[in-house]
Amino acid sequence: MGEISNPGLQQDGFDLTQFYGVFFEEARENLANMESLLLDIDVARPSNEELNAIFRVAHSIKGGAATFGFADVASLTHELETLLDRLRRNELALKRSMVDLLLEAGDVVKAQLACYQSGTDERPPVDALIERIRKMASGQDAASGGPSAARSLRVTIGPLKSGEAADGLAELFRDIPTLGSIEALDDGVLASDGLRRFKVTTASPDLELLELFSFHVAREQVCIESFGAASAAPAASAKAPAAGAQHPDPEAAPARTTEGDGYGFFVDPKTLATQTAARAAAADAEAAHRSETRGRADKAAGGALESTTLRVDVEKVDQLINLVGELVITQAMLSQQAKDLDAVQFSALLGGITDLERNSRHLQETVMSIRMIPMAFVFNRFPRLIRDLASRLDKQIELRLVGEATEMDKGLIEKIVDPLTHLVRNSADHGIETPARRQAAGKTPHGTITLSAAHQGGSILIEVRDDGQGLRRERILDKARERGLAVRDDMSDAEVWALIWEPGFSTADQVSDVSGRGVGMDVVRRNITALNGTVELDSAEGYGTRVTVRLPLTLAIMDGMSIGVGGETYILPLASVVESFQVMPGMVQSVGATGRVVKVRDEFLPVVALDDIFNVPRQDGERGPEIMMIVEAEGRRVAALVDELLGQHQVVVKNLETNYRRVPDISGATILGDGRVALIVDTAGLVKRARH
Amino acid sequence: MGMMERMEVRTGAATAAGVSEFLTFKLGGEEYGIDILKVQEIRCYEAVTRIANAPAFIKGVVNLRGVIVPIVDLRVKFALGEARYDTFTVVIILNVAGRVVGAVVDSVSDVMELGEGHVKPAPEFNSLLDAGYIMGLGTVQSGEGERLLILVDIERLMSSPDMGLLERAAA
Repeated sequence: MGEISNPGLQQDGFDLTQFYGVFFEEARENLANMESLLLDIDVARPSNEELNAIFRVAHSIKGGAATFGFADVASLTHELETLLDRLRRNELALKRSMVDLLLEAGDVVKAQLACYQSGTDERPPVDALIERIRKMASGQDAASGGPSAARSLRVTIGPLKSGEAADGLAELFRDIPTLGSIEALDDGVLASDGLRRFKVTTASPDLELLELFSFHVAREQVCIESFGAASAAPAASAKAPAAGAQHPDPEAAPARTTEGDGYGFFVDPKTLATQTAARAAAADAEAAHRSETRGRADKAAGGALESTTLRVDVEKVDQLINLVGELVITQAMLSQQAKDLDAVQFSALLGGITDLERNSRHLQETVMSIRMIPMAFVFNRFPRLIRDLASRLDKQIELRLVGEATEMDKGLIEKIVDPLTHLVRNSADHGIETPARRQAAGKTPHGTITLSAAHQGGSILIEVRDDGQGLRRERILDKARERGLAVRDDMSDAEVWALIWEPGFSTADQVSDVSGRGVGMDVVRRNITALNGTVELDSAEGYGTRVTVRLPLTLAIMDGMSIGVGGETYILPLASVVESFQVMPGMVQSVGATGRVVKVRDEFLPVVALDDIFNVPRQDGERGPEIMMIVEAEGRRVAALVDELLGQHQVVVKNLETNYRRVPDISGATILGDGRVALIVDTAGLVKRARH
Repeated sequence: MGMMERMEVRTGAATAAGVSEFLTFKLGGEEYGIDILKVQEIRCYEAVTRIANAPAFIKGVVNLRGVIVPIVDLRVKFALGEARYDTFTVVIILNVAGRVVGAVVDSVSDVMELGEGHVKPAPEFNSLLDAGYIMGLGTVQSGEGERLLILVDIERLMSSPDMGLLERAAA
């Protein structure tokens, strides 16, 4: 080929750009994984497994970035890798500040990748960050801790053909006095698995040891582990040499075992406990140990963390959904045609059609569920956000997540992230008070923010609740007057809270870098309205604030009741149907000129006639509505008059707004078995209409 | 802005040689042309699901392979021809403004290439079809005589407020 402007992009004339998507997707997943690992990690006692997992993330991103020619991503992740490598080799002690730095670096990598993905040329500056990571990695930031102190290491060499090859190691330690000491754990005899085991006490980093050892044995035959690290893997592997290492040579005892876990290792009750606990894992770990090379061992340890998902283009899924939809319609048509066939003569055919019906319905349900993602996808970013905010604002905030398994369409989930982030941020900044103020108010020092998600009828309900100071009515009214909004003192609370949604409204005492600039709530509402959702706010001064976001399920399967009105078919969400009964003469009474009510179990309910609302054309002499359906929405009930009940089935909810616009009293549409479209009645709208 | 300038802006589908392809259809006695690139497919008219309280020219919605598509009857909208619905009634499925919309017409005639020379700006006039939606008037040779072809900017028309198909237009 002619010119290669970027060798990373076109290796050997092979266009790598087609794999960009996969890389970005994978990197994002990796970073999210790293973040959750970092948030969970116990700073005082990080397990090797966790450190290894984090290291692997940095490593795999670096590898990918280098392949695709994203030099700055590669250089940043390279530094991360160096730091993490030292951490996992126990050369550095993990500290809070490191976790912070790692989290920050993860964010920067995310930003870098976003830049590449969107094709913008602006890259976040990384030089300062790299410098800080370098410092941290070189241990300068860590005045105390591992790097200079002597460590006890378990060194395993092999598999070897003869044990002598490893004796060179002992010579090394003899020749270089500053290196520390080495002792054989196996009396110089090659164990049955072809391994030689040593205990090394040294102040030198692993890398240096590895370099030195490689004079005598191949690098990949060397495995260095921390001696007596409190994790299952080394404890488990310790079982293997146990037989051969019963009698360590006292002469070779290290002069200074600073960590005090030298011989005690075999009798240390703590380790013994670990050993017992890890017995189940031991077999696996040992097998991994035998296969020996570090890389392989890493893989075995990481098995639990690998995801079992398959990455598929959303377009393909949508295509699949459409195809299945067609299939279901074809199947419905076949069933229709076969209905009149003679059951005896065509029994096999009819049986096949029944099977087809069942299978295609299952297929449809399964395919539809592919697009659904649990809310955890959104919620999982909040622990980090809250952690950062709490430390920045000097508050103690506990985050509770409820209903993370609630599933929502992928498209909707992506769009709800920003508004939700805003609401959570608001709660943390304005809602939750400082520990001192909370205690003064007789509350626990730590505030709680609860995020919950649940299905309710045809919509999904997301709530952001805090037990903070709540909204102050007077303040809002004052602010509103300042801004020249028309307010009265006798406004209801709900009306006052509604002012919050006005553009540019903020009651924060001071503008912080977290929130309070007043650009916000109106944007939140606009975003949610754009998704055809509604947002409501409820607050009690001193007790907290609750924001409820209600979103329609754009793509969902819903249990529906199909009803006939005139010649038309409508769907009522089954969840909102309370009961139905035949209308008897005299049951419906009129109130005033237009109002009609019906008495149901000692309660008068307003009556709405669907044929009126939907202007259903009626032929003369046609029977009128005969069935009354009690429908409940948002805690209120109305009685809907319909002609007939047609049946109950699962319907796939489709959005009307995709190609058309919002229709009053209709929440969506669905496709019936015969391929025709039926509109889904918006029960919340019905209730509102009847009550106002 | 003069008519000629507007023309240049709107004939976005023009090929390098200044030739555009148009799908032509009939509404009553008139012949219209729309940019072929906006056309997704052509279908027979099938029963629609009526939408309550919608304007008369919005016939309702149909299921197009799992997609809910609104159907607009251009004959009703522009009071052209008789709004009959039989097996010969044709629906042009359009892809405009990121949406899928069906337009009912009397019949689809042809796909035609028109060079710049064959398109003349429309004069200002008074009709149900606002002159703003007309890209120009084309002339087509048919045998001995010439036919008039009204070139419509279908994207602008379908996303216009008086069509009421889009949310913001309705607000």
